[in-house]
Amino acid sequence: MRRLSPVAVVALLVILAWAVAAILAPLIAPFPPGRIVTRDTLADISARFPLGSDYLGRDMLSRVLHGARYTMGIALVSTTLACLMGVTLGLTAAARGGWFDMTASRILDAMISVPSLLAALVVVSSLGSSIPVLIGAAAVIYTPGAYRLSRAVAVNIAAMDFVTVARARGEGTLYIIAAEILPNMILPVLTDFGLRFVFVVLLLTGMSFLGLGIQPPAADWGTLVRENIEGLSYGAPAVIMPALAIATLTISVNALIDRIPGAGQGDSR
Amino acid sequence: MSAHVSVSGLRVTVAAAEGGRAAIVDDVGFAIARGEVLALIGESGSGKTTIALAMMGYARQGCRIDGGQIRIGETDVLALSAAGLAGLRGGRVAYIPQSAAAAFNPAQRLMTQVTESARIHGLLDRAAAERKAIELFRALALPEPETLGERFPHQVSGGQLQRITAAMALISDPDLVILDEPTTALDVTTQIEVLRAFKSVVRERNTTAIYVSHDLAVVAQMADRIVVLRHGKMQEEAPTAQLLAAPAHPYTRALLAAFNPPVRAPDAPPEAAPLLEVRGLVAGYGPAGRDGMPALPVLHDVGFTIPRGSVLGVIGESGCGKSTLARVIAGLLPAARGNVKLDGAELPARVADRTRDQLRRVQIVFQSADTALNPARSVRDILARPLAFYHGLKGDAARKRVDALLDMVRLPASLAERPPGALSGGQKQRVNFARALAAEPELILCDEVTSALDAVVGAAVLDLLGELKRELGLSYLFISHDLSTVRSICDQVMILYFGRRLEYARSGAMLVRPMHPYSDLLIASVPEMRTGWLEGAAPAHEATVVRNAAGCTFAPRCAAAVPGLCDSTPPPLRQLSKGAEILCHLDEATLRHTQPDDRKTP
Ligand SMILES: Nc1ncnc2c1ncn2[C@@H]1O[C@H](COP(=O)(O)OP(=O)(O)OP(=O)(O)O)[C@@H](O)[C@H]1O
Ligand code: SF4
Ligand SMILES: [Mg+2]
Repeated sequence: MRRLSPVAVVALLVILAWAVAAILAPLIAPFPPGRIVTRDTLADISARFPLGSDYLGRDMLSRVLHGARYTMGIALVSTTLACLMGVTLGLTAAARGGWFDMTASRILDAMISVPSLLAALVVVSSLGSSIPVLIGAAAVIYTPGAYRLSRAVAVNIAAMDFVTVARARGEGTLYIIAAEILPNMILPVLTDFGLRFVFVVLLLTGMSFLGLGIQPPAADWGTLVRENIEGLSYGAPAVIMPALAIATLTISVNALIDRIPGAGQGDSR
Repeated sequence: MSAHVSVSGLRVTVAAAEGGRAAIVDDVGFAIARGEVLALIGESGSGKTTIALAMMGYARQGCRIDGGQIRIGETDVLALSAAGLAGLRGGRVAYIPQSAAAAFNPAQRLMTQVTESARIHGLLDRAAAERKAIELFRALALPEPETLGERFPHQVSGGQLQRITAAMALISDPDLVILDEPTTALDVTTQIEVLRAFKSVVRERNTTAIYVSHDLAVVAQMADRIVVLRHGKMQEEAPTAQLLAAPAHPYTRALLAAFNPPVRAPDAPPEAAPLLEVRGLVAGYGPAGRDGMPALPVLHDVGFTIPRGSVLGVIGESGCGKSTLARVIAGLLPAARGNVKLDGAELPARVADRTRDQLRRVQIVFQSADTALNPARSVRDILARPLAFYHGLKGDAARKRVDALLDMVRLPASLAERPPGALSGGQKQRVNFARALAAEPELILCDEVTSALDAVVGAAVLDLLGELKRELGLSYLFISHDLSTVRSICDQVMILYFGRRLEYARSGAMLVRPMHPYSDLLIASVPEMRTGWLEGAAPAHEATVVRNAAGCTFAPRCAAAVPGLCDSTPPPLRQLSKGAEILCHLDEATLRHTQPDDRKTP
């Protein structure tokens, strides 16, 4: 295994830091995220409020830490679901071929042509916004991309002679998928997972920014930007900090997957 | 005569795993006079291509030219600046690669690409360059030289494209031409035309050339002198005729021996009970039509019998359907017509319908050892799977059996824990066989199992196959495009041409004339290990594909074709007195007349 480049190490540290922050938020946040702790709204950085305060006078640090739970948690669950469904379908299509492959590819390719934000808006406006709906919508929206990548990778592997040997031996589809194909596509699938995680974070924060995502009083990073948007004109940290959080997380994930030795590129959606 | 090109003390290194640098080419030196062709010969990894690239001042990724001197004319190549090197490449030194297809841009016309280097380097104006290209096309015996340049790369055959790379290389009248295995990817009948064309332009233009190859017989036709390389070091250098007649170095002798494997007498009497019987096989790809015929038929009415303990060779050019045949027998591709019987019992067409025992008895081994082993699993896991699948072996019993299998294919048990990536090509192919043997099969379908290996390594694998066959009473269907390989191991031979079985004979009768006109062409196209063979060989017709022709498929290339008959009526099946079946309109007497026996056979 080759060593990671310095950029990748920094990126990995940033991601780990956010993950730890999300997990430990209730323990390390100085205040409960919903409590109004100062009259000084949209305040600047100070020793007491390291990230300033929000438009109601709540502590921004506590709100950003708790926001990480929503943003990263929902993104993680939806990405995992999307990749599980996409990879399962993709592998089955590649290993079985025939009508299954054709039907699955047709349907999922049709889904991929719908813009993701539009699809999410339609789902949320018809079902109402709740965390399960958001997770389900993001998972379904990003399944076709994961399907397309894993099918393409698996088709290449399935054409290799060692898979033909397994078929000729009489092995079933399940064995061929699990033992012959899957172990050879872990790296591209992981890369794709990272990429899709970034897409979901951006979709989710985008939805929240539009007011259709996480509903107050709960707040993810997108909600935090929306709530405090009036502070933008005078550069209040309350609006800059959550935006920075989104940027550092997504850029780090991207930088890391670009630098995994030997990993292929996912599709650019 | 002063040397036109000279190399001395050349050393190329790569970063070694333990730190420091390891030499992949060490202290190599030779001189080439103007108009001389020098061959670099050796197995893969011997440093041939590394030296060839160094002649252009180029080292592959991770490699470095660490010492020595290369002079071409008055130029000291290794002292050139980047701009100087760019001027050298494509202008004064030209390179002809193994794969012509990779050297061409599929979207540009051939003429544009052939004349590009002369125009870029400002050697010729457009009109002059095009005149010269047409002249070269003609010299290379390409069809329609005046209009050939208008075509795109996919509109010419592989052999033609390879000749066009020669035109591309020679357009700037280079001081040195490097040919890197230029015919290795071609079929024998195509190779002979390409060699002939190369040889005549090289002679005519007094070109100085380095010819890189692993094939001594090919080199014998092309080179004035031969340098034998192994592990980056020179083993022997001698004029071609002398090297072939009296090889001084033991390694050269091993190379020569590997080229001409001893032909053994068939072990199994053909009367032994038939193990595999195939009748009237028709198979192909694409959706089946109303009559059950596939959209792209590949095999037409193929039948044969493999007696228990014997080996049937299948020979034919690329695309004739050899692998398709193996796939049908293995149950991977259901046949449209015909049947396959194993030990008298009909084998279901699909893997899914066969019993585990039927599956166990027929195993398949592929050409490319690289893609035939799962890179994510260890050798032990790979071998243990068929043991568990067919025999229910697990745990300690399986461990012991894996070790025994490795021993059977002459590999040390210490290899078992490695991933396939850590094995050499020959070792991988042995693991492939071990996996097939794990099933305890009766028949192994061998699809070009030695084609990707070097001559010496391939010969060792063939020996192993012979031993296993005697020890275990195995039968093989042995697919190859190489006549001498087939002859060294097979009891019977079947010659396929566009999916038709043109000749089916005992191995010993294969070289006996009269034979099918296609067999005659194939045999006459295999280069012999002597100088001057190429000049004496009969010219062959270009391969043309006439699918679904009404008459004999081979008619467009057949020197003996009878106009009005062969091209319109399918040829009948004929018995020859040597004990062969052929598909041909001509009877034995007529064939004998067209194939006088005084011609030398390899
Ligand atoms: N999966 C496929 N679908 C469609 N056509 C195919 C397929 N596989 C092979 N063919 C075609 O069938 C013909 C026979 O192919 P096959 O692989 O049997 O040739 P071969 O004799 O083994 O050649 P080679 O020596 O190059 O391995 C070729 O024209 C090939 O292009
Ligand atoms: S049938 Fe005619 S064309 Fe075909 S091989 Fe015989 S002589 Fe040649
Ligand atoms: Mg083949």
